[in-house]
Amino acid sequence: MAVTTGTVARQRTLRRPLRPYGVAPTAILLLGAVYCLLPVSWVLIAATKSKAELFSTATFAPGTGLAANIADLAAYRGGVFWLWMLNTLIYAGGGALLSTAVSAVSGYTLAKYRFRGRNAIFNVLIGGILVPSVVLAIPQYVLFSSIGLAGSYWSVLLPQILHPYSIYLARVYAGAAIPDSLLEAGRIDGAGHWLLLRRVALPLMLPGMVTIFLFQFVAIWNNFLLPFIMLGDDHTFPLTVGLYTLLAAGSNQPALYNLIITGALVSLIPLIALFLTMQRYWRTDLSSGAVKS
Amino acid sequence: MRSGRLAVAGAAALALALSAGCSGGSRETAAPTAAQTSAAGPVTLSYWSWVPNMDKIVAVWNKAHPDIQVSVSKQAGGDDAAAKFLTAAKAGNPPDLIQAEYQMLPSFVAADAVADLTAGTTQIKGEFGEGIWGLVTLGTDAVYAIPQDSGPMMLYYRKDLFDKYGVQVPQTWDEYAEAARKVHKADPKVYLGTFSSKDPGSFAGLAQQAGAQWWSIQGESWKVAIDDDATKKVADYWGGLVKEGVIDGQPYFTPEWNKALNDGTLLTWPSAVWGPGVLSSNAPKGKGKWAIAPLPQWSAGEKATGFWGGSSTAVAQKSPNQAAATQFATWLNTDPEALSLLVTEGAVYPAATKGGAALTSAPDYFSNQPDFWQQTADISATARGFTFGPDVNVTYNAFKDAFDKAVQGTSSFSDAVKVMQETTVADMQKSGFQLAQ
Repeated sequence: MAVTTGTVARQRTLRRPLRPYGVAPTAILLLGAVYCLLPVSWVLIAATKSKAELFSTATFAPGTGLAANIADLAAYRGGVFWLWMLNTLIYAGGGALLSTAVSAVSGYTLAKYRFRGRNAIFNVLIGGILVPSVVLAIPQYVLFSSIGLAGSYWSVLLPQILHPYSIYLARVYAGAAIPDSLLEAGRIDGAGHWLLLRRVALPLMLPGMVTIFLFQFVAIWNNFLLPFIMLGDDHTFPLTVGLYTLLAAGSNQPALYNLIITGALVSLIPLIALFLTMQRYWRTDLSSGAVKS
Repeated sequence: MRSGRLAVAGAAALALALSAGCSGGSRETAAPTAAQTSAAGPVTLSYWSWVPNMDKIVAVWNKAHPDIQVSVSKQAGGDDAAAKFLTAAKAGNPPDLIQAEYQMLPSFVAADAVADLTAGTTQIKGEFGEGIWGLVTLGTDAVYAIPQDSGPMMLYYRKDLFDKYGVQVPQTWDEYAEAARKVHKADPKVYLGTFSSKDPGSFAGLAQQAGAQWWSIQGESWKVAIDDDATKKVADYWGGLVKEGVIDGQPYFTPEWNKALNDGTLLTWPSAVWGPGVLSSNAPKGKGKWAIAPLPQWSAGEKATGFWGGSSTAVAQKSPNQAAATQFATWLNTDPEALSLLVTEGAVYPAATKGGAALTSAPDYFSNQPDFWQQTADISATARGFTFGPDVNVTYNAFKDAFDKAVQGTSSFSDAVKVMQETTVADMQKSGFQLAQ
């Protein structure tokens, strides 16, 4: 006891300038982690329960039906779940890539070029952040209907490409990460706009672009309302809308809680995998754009 | 170096997404043009439904009718499908056929979203009971849909626990109240039933049993009478029992409710014919322990019940192939082969009177009650519905809000009914409907 207090006291004296609030921040973060992970662990445990166990055993007691649940899910309506998974990958992957490309170029342009109307465009975009996308879903549906695109893959991809917040983020990031002197040096060496963008700007913006990509990927992956309104054919549904048809399946048939919970768990896996693999790009190249100032 | 690789991978994925998007897009836009130039070639009808295995039922039709191909798209059921259909109809690209719940049909009619099928359906009127047929004509001369399934209400009860607590199956609602007191006194954890403030359909069915007529059409105008005496009687009955504490106030279809059904702390459920599907999934432990009986009556010797749920097949006003769609909807809901498929594949209780022939063996969950379907047919014959209005969703939302408060004890149950009436009338006036006083 005395020893531990002694070490703690020594650490305190050593670290006082760095940690003025002691363990409080760590405790708050731990609390936040528990808050975020508790529902996920519920999904994990509930997915292992068989139909009979789901509502009758204790909430956090693991069940015995995980394999059967996954087999049922894979067999449901001839494996339509995997089609939904593929659709979601197309919507989220394609949409996030396109959105990242558009945001990076727009953000770079807004940050590094001076042209007439720049501030006006930027202010409109900032205004766009304030408009929740939920409000736009129905007008977008009517718009896509009148050009004959409602129900197509494009009807879900296109509205999510222009994302004001990502452009804002890209502009801030470009402003901070790309030194003007580097661009000037490039210009003196005779590089054009395109070459500067490709060889100087985009490599420096990579960590920012990864952030935007992940944000957009998760946002599209979780988006429910837009595909729900846009898509009529259940073979184009993403996971969110597809799983919802299992939940609101009418009362003629037994509710498919097991499949929904297992489906939710399986649909988490790609997201987790994506975060684990993309994580390293956040840390890379903190020094790659360093210039002496 | 790294960024170069990433860019290449990105470009490849981009191209993949684009091509996938393109093919999806062209397929979607190609479909309607094919349907429009249908005079000679085969027609393709799109059909939104949430009946399980509907694709298998439709496959039988498609095989026999190469000229009228139906493609089913399984939707999220109930209110969501209705809202989505109304939006699609307004935007000009609804599906040709839609599963329409009876209570949503008037709002489809008011929005000009569904076609009048009178011409194509004159021969099949006799296939359905009068009460059901009234739900698709809304009491007018037109026919707006073809009935598919119906949900006559009955009393599901735990036979084993009724014996344990020494309770008889209640014949009247007074007996039900007595039984509720007795059971709750014997074990304070146990309730005979619960009043759900989240299920307006159930309340509407109970009100129908008592003889309520929430809406009616008089010439050109609507009459709204949600706060009629019958409805107030039903509301006050349940309100009294909830206040007394002998009937629980938790809503249906929640995990807590499932648990109560499973562990035997909830003994009855006044519900519709589709109950076995819910019970078998939410209360698997109760298999063979539940039984059905007619709903308790308001006065001894009476025989009446209401409807909870049920739906019909409607044809979109904007469909270019209304005749073909009507032909399919007629087959689906009256042909003996289709009816038996609806029963076996779709777990539907068919609205057509001939459908009873397909209901031979009792549901697995009720294997202890071999005359399940015979009882159901007897109960079904006593069911009475009422005409639904054009803004049922508003009424139903008002129900949830007002009865939430009522169950918590901050207002009385008959006040909640008054709120439903006022909200509905205000909404109909705002939408420009003519109201009779």
